[in-house]
Amino acid sequence: MYTTRKSYTPFVGPFDPCPPVRVKTYETPPQLYMGFQPCGLPQFQPKEALRHGTLWPALFAPYTNPYEQGGNRE
Amino acid sequence: MWIYEKKLQYPVRVSKCDPMMARYLIEQYGGADGELAAALRYLNQRYTLPEKVIAIVNDIGTEELAHLEMIATMIYKLTKDATPDQLIEAGLGAHYANHDKALFFHNAAGAPFTATYFQAKGDPIADLYEDVAAEEKARATYQWLINMTDDVDLIDSLTFLREREIVHSQRFREAAEMLKADQQTKKIF
Repeated sequence: MYTTRKSYTPFVGPFDPCPPVRVKTYETPPQLYMGFQPCGLPQFQPKEALRHGTLWPALFAPYTNPYEQGGNRE
Repeated sequence: MWIYEKKLQYPVRVSKCDPMMARYLIEQYGGADGELAAALRYLNQRYTLPEKVIAIVNDIGTEELAHLEMIATMIYKLTKDATPDQLIEAGLGAHYANHDKALFFHNAAGAPFTATYFQAKGDPIADLYEDVAAEEKARATYQWLINMTDDVDLIDSLTFLREREIVHSQRFREAAEMLKADQQTKKIF
């Protein structure tokens, strides 16, 4: 199973002016992995689908602000 | 030919008086990776694509116009009751001097919209891969916009729009796969 957020630890120089960001993240949502969508995947209920913006749980990947406490997923 | 429904694709609620956010949201209105560029790109490319992928490009281009309306609604709600002083404070003084509170197609830095933001190469693979990239760039823009606000209602609408970019990217990727598939293959049913 893939994750929709990846992280890496960038080099932190000893003479940088600002407090360092030690862990950087980027998003890797599900369409990067799906290929041609297979037939017969599970579906949301219609009302749920309209709220989420997709009929397919396999394509549903809500975003959270990674700068907020607890926003980091892995 | 289009049929217009006098409602938004998804509800737009704004719960915080924050004209500065309007200044940033305008990136998605008249910016390079915004909804106007997306709609015009797809609705223009569709004529010269292979027939089996025209419908998806047409449908997505149409949906981008619905997204454009949602962004416009957000910007309008965030600015309609602001005083000139509030707009100046929000960094929208230059906008006000030129446009009052009218919306205008420019990006967050004030650069006016231009057709050079997108391409129609006539090569189906080149065009569809540009479309995939456009969706990913719009998805990223929505992420940075979500990072810049704590208005949960605004975040809700922006999250919906970001999810649509994911679905559109998936469909463009599938369209490219359809064109890559070997048409000479003998299928045995």
